[in-house]
Parts: sequence; structure tokens; C-alpha cells
Amino acid sequence: MLEVKDLHVTVEDKVILKGLNLTINAGEVHAIMGPNGAGKSTLSAVIAGKDGYEVTQGTILFEGQDVLEMEIEERARAGLLLGFQYPIEIPGVKNIYLLKAALNAQRAARGEGEIPAPEFMKLVREKSTDMKMDPSFLQRAVNEGFSGGEKKRNEILQMLILQPKLAMLDEIDSGLDIDAMKVVADGVNSLRNADRAILLVTHYQRLLNHIVPDHVHVLVDGRIVKSGGKDLALELEERGYDWVLEESVA
Amino acid sequence: MSAPERFLERLTARRGGDPSWVAARRQAGAARFEAMGFPTRRDEQWKYTDVRRIAEGDFALATDAEFDSARFDEQRLDIDAYRLVLVDGLFSPALSELDGLPSGVSIEPLSQAIVANHEAVGGSLGRLAGVDFSPFTALNTAFADEGAIVRLASGTVVDKPIYVLLLSRANGQPVMSHPRILIEAGARAEATIIEHYSGESEAANFTNVVTEVLLDRGAIIDHYKLQEAALTDLHVASIHVDQGRDSRFNSYNMNLGGALVRTDLVTDLNGEGAEAAYNGLFFVQGRQHVDNHTLVNHNAPRTFSNENYKGVLDDRSRGVFNGKVFVKKDAQQIEAYQNNANLLLSDRAEIDTKPELVIYADDVKCSHGATTGQLDEDAVYALRSRGIDEPMARALLTLAFVGEVMDKVRLNVIAERVERAVAGRLPERFNLADLVETAEAIQEA
Ligand SMILES: Nc1ncnc2c1ncn2[C@@H]1O[C@H](COP(=O)(O)OP(=O)(O)OP(=O)(O)O)[C@@H](O)[C@H]1O
Ligand SMILES: [Mg+2]
Repeated sequence: MLEVKDLHVTVEDKVILKGLNLTINAGEVHAIMGPNGAGKSTLSAVIAGKDGYEVTQGTILFEGQDVLEMEIEERARAGLLLGFQYPIEIPGVKNIYLLKAALNAQRAARGEGEIPAPEFMKLVREKSTDMKMDPSFLQRAVNEGFSGGEKKRNEILQMLILQPKLAMLDEIDSGLDIDAMKVVADGVNSLRNADRAILLVTHYQRLLNHIVPDHVHVLVDGRIVKSGGKDLALELEERGYDWVLEESVA
Repeated sequence: MSAPERFLERLTARRGGDPSWVAARRQAGAARFEAMGFPTRRDEQWKYTDVRRIAEGDFALATDAEFDSARFDEQRLDIDAYRLVLVDGLFSPALSELDGLPSGVSIEPLSQAIVANHEAVGGSLGRLAGVDFSPFTALNTAFADEGAIVRLASGTVVDKPIYVLLLSRANGQPVMSHPRILIEAGARAEATIIEHYSGESEAANFTNVVTEVLLDRGAIIDHYKLQEAALTDLHVASIHVDQGRDSRFNSYNMNLGGALVRTDLVTDLNGEGAEAAYNGLFFVQGRQHVDNHTLVNHNAPRTFSNENYKGVLDDRSRGVFNGKVFVKKDAQQIEAYQNNANLLLSDRAEIDTKPELVIYADDVKCSHGATTGQLDEDAVYALRSRGIDEPMARALLTLAFVGEVMDKVRLNVIAERVERAVAGRLPERFNLADLVETAEAIQEA
């Protein structure tokens, strides 16, 4: 589904990704871990299409399409969605408006008409209940005045409504209390199926207890230096990153 | 021949037959206009607005009020209202709909009021907008022979909006018009008044309008000015408001059209407890120039004013906002708030903004501020990252910017037109009716 090959990325003349390879197949959950500043958010942002990153080498293919040739919104409509580490506030734009505009954009790209209001209403009601979000959040401006945890739940609400093929979730667990973690994890797990894939960026095993990954990768200094199964995360939790580094240098 | 002389020469083309006191008033206006001449940028009030395009123009007076009926249906607001239509300054009985006025409401074209020697024409007209206010009010006084006289008896709550539509045609020879609008609201009368400027897209005329609004004690007037004239039209307007005790005046000044537009809005809060709300929005593009000068005079204690003007400027357009709040000595317990925020959609657009408070009393609550900025690119990205295309993302954020003002607009037909113009492409009102319903239904569930 997603194939990242030899990806080199520079931000403001600083080399961040240095030949990164990653393949994700439909049905899989991948977790990327690694020290602060390693380039995890950069990787997901480049895949999602954020401005300001220069790809100096390498390719990204999503279902065989050249992602780097696609506009940001085309990537999203094709089913590539990024849940942000720091979701921003958008004053004056109602949550419900964003959801409807986004969903209709996706439907239009598939050649479908706008979603009928009652159907949309039902969908939004259902999904916000799943995320334990009061309906009043729908009427508020996107993320404005939301707590850290509410912002994260709102990101997942968008995912539940837009049903991406590949959901990339950047530190979706940060700032969540224990109950919210469960709600978010349940939301993410509900997206899992044989046709979809999930890419999690996280620092903590805790999240991976709830969303059990098929593959765990360690990203250090712009490269994936080690990959393994779910047990690798446990080992990292116990031993930190130094041993991985030593092993990779050796 | 000087420019003022050239303009005044057109007076000879007017039909005569004014009552003597009207003729005298015209002469006073003409004399004052000739003495003042057109303003130049050396005048503090006209520092950022160059009126040479008007002064150097050659404008005749229209001789008929014909208007294509299919076009008319496109231009007019689709709204159930009492309607008075002027075409290039001349009254069109055919396009107007003034039947079935409820008792206590009178709406008349100025020409008829003059002929009938109507008491309003002799009494109130010109009381607020004398010939000294500006050269343009003087010029208007010299020429004004058409317009609308609206009078509401005490306690009259008008069931439908009163809609004055001023259309501008694409004439071979550009024309000028000097409409005069007078609104007199008796005690506790309530009405919504719409001044709508529109017309053919190639029109290049000069409209010089003066509006006077008198609110007796407890009267409530919602006043909409919707400027949608052609991007080649020239427009100068002044609106003068006198507010009695406990009266409320809500102004909605929505400017979308015109090549050169100058609007002065002046309110005198003369009675205790009077309140004025100024909601303004201007959206300019191409090489449009829009200048809003507003003034609130707090002349009485316990008066309240709240002003919020938002400007959205694209291309090489220019905007001017000059807002002044004046609090008289001894006018205590005043609240006055003023804000102007501008959004520049292009590097080459420009705005000059000057909010000003002049306060001679001590027991006052006042604030004012002005900001100018661009769209938040991170927000554009955030929306695009959800599949919303870039023009739509920018439209949404632009509407969000004007939302504070648009939320105040109570007439949906106007809100929709403004939002469509500003957003360029959203088909329905931003606060989409079905979404509102959706949200309410969700709330109830
Ligand atoms: N716009 C930018 N300008 C300059 N440096 C940047 C920019 N964006 C990212 N970087 C740098 O790139 C490096 C990688 O950042 P990135 O956000 O991808 O790290 P991360 O692995 O997600 O870290 P964390 O675990 O702390 O979230 C950091 O050193 C960061 O400072
Ligand atoms: Mg990060």
C-alpha cells in the first residue's frame, strides 16, 4: 500500500531524513519509535504533503501512485490521512463544517454526490458518541479552546468519519489520560481491517498495549535502524535506544 | 470652467417647478459646493481617497427610468418587502411595490413629497445633513429631487423590510444621481430598512447619496446598506443618524461593489440610553477603492456604541477605515467599543486604518483596536490535509474571518449574497441551514 524508498528530506538546509525505507501493506499496523528529533514527524508530514520539506532523493508510492506528485488534498482524498502531533486551532470554522466539507470532497473525488443531511447527521452522531465527545463540540470552532486530549480525540473523530486507507497518527497518545487513551485506541482499532493500514508514531509502549502493532521500527537520525515485531517495543521500553544505536553502528 | 461649475451647469437641465423654499435650498447647496470645490487629498478627511475620477468626469442626468425586467429580477433581492426603486436616480413606479402599506407607515418618492409640499420635506429633510458636512452633501442638496421619504408613526412595528433599490445602468453617456433618503421613526417604531445599490455590470455612473435617519425615543431601526454596484461605478454616500432616548440603531454596511466608494456614517447619540451598533464589511478586489469613515458622537450619558468593521482586500485594491468615537464632556457612563480587522489576500492590496477615540468624560468604558493580517497558512494546510481543496480552504477561512460580523446579519438573503461574494464559490450560507439543523438534531438526540 505504501512504499517509501531511500527517502532523503531537507528542511531549511538541514538534512533530516537520510535514506529511509518503509513498506506498509494493507491490513497492517506499524509503529515507529525513536528519540526526539529523529525525524518521525517529518516522515509523516512529508507523506501528507506539508510545505517546507524538500525531498532531495527517493520515492513515496501509495497504491502505486507517486505521492510526491499529488497535491495535499489529493493525498487526503486518496485515503492518506495524518493525525497531527499538534492539531491547530481554526477559529471561526465549525468542526461540523470541516467534517462535512472534507467528507463531500472525498465523495466528489470518487464521483459520488454530497452526503444527504440525515445520513451525515447519523454518522456524525454515532462517531462522536464513539469518541465520547459531547455533540456541542461539533458546533465549536475546530480545536478552539479544546484541551490537549480533546484535540486528539477530535483528530480520531475526523478519521472515523473520513475512513482513511492509511491513517498516520503522530503521537496520538500524548496528553491523553488513561480513559481517553482507551477511547482513542478503541477508535483506532475500529479502523483496522484487511483493506486498511495504520502507522503510529509513539514514544510509549502504553499505546501499543491497546493497539497491538504488527511491525515496530526504530527511527534514529533520519533512518530506520531496526525493525521487528511487537516485542521490539517492549524491549525498547526496557532498554532505551542506546543498544539499538550501538548495534546499528556495529 | 472649473469642475464645480461644470457639475452645476447640469442643474439647468433639471425640470423646474420647485416650491420656492426647495429652490432656495438648492441655491444654498450649489453656492456652498461651488465655494468648497471637490475635496483634495490635502483635506484630512480625504487623505487617502482621491476623487479626481469623479471631479474630472462628465456626468449627465438620466431622463428615464427604464430597466430590463429580466435583469431586474437578477439584481433585486429575493425578499418580501415594501420596495421603492430608483433607476439612475429616477423613480420607477413600474418596478416599485408600495401597495398595502400598513397604517402608520408611509413610503414616498421624494419627487412626490416635494410636489405635495410634504411636511417632512420642509421640516426634517436636511436637518442632519447640512450643506457644510462635505462638498458632496452640498452637491446633493443642489440636485436632490428624487429619493425616498419613509415615515413611521409612533409605535408602528413594520411587518416587512422597507427596501430601497438604487439601480445603475450601463449608459453610453455616464450619468450622475443625487438621491436623498429620509427615515423618520416615531417613538417605539421598529423597522428594517435596506438600501441596495446594484445595476448593470458595465455601469460607470456617479451616485452621490445622502441618507438621514431620525429615531425618536425607543425607536429601533436596522439599516442595511448593501453596495453591489458595478466595479466601474463611482459612489459617495453619507448617512446621518440622530438618536433619541433609548433608541437603537443597527447599521450593516456591506460593501462589495464600486470602483470608488466613500461612505460616511455619523450617529449622534443624543438621548440617554441610546445604542448604536455599526457592523461593517468590505470586500474589495481588482483596483477597487473603498473608504469608510465612521463617527459616533456620545452626546448624552449612558449611551452605548459598538463598532466592528472587517475588511477583506484582494488584488491591488485599497481600503480606508477611519473610525472616530467622540465622548462629550459630562456624557458619563458611556460604553464605546470599536474594532477594525483586515485581511489581505494579496501582497499588493493596501489598507489605511485609523481608529480614534476622543474622550472628554471620565466615567467611560472604551476600547478600540485595528489589526491587519493574512490567512493563516497552517490552517489552510490543516484543511487541505483533510481533502478540502485549496480554494475552498481559503474560502472557509475567509468566511471565518468575517464570521463575527456576518453572524449579526439577520437578513439571510443579504448574508448569502455577501458570503458568496467573499468566498467566491460556496453555494450556500456559511452557517449552512442544513448543518445548523443537523447540529440541533444532534443536540436534541
Ligand atoms: N521547519 C523546521 N525548521 C528547522 N528544523 C526543523 C523543522 N522541522 C523539523 N526540524 C528539525 O528536524 C528534526 C526532526 O524533527 P521531527 O519533528 O521530525 O522529529 P520527531 O522525531 O518527530 O521528534 P519528537 O519525538 O520530538 O516529536 C528536529 O531536529 C527538528 O528540529
Ligand atoms: Mg514528532
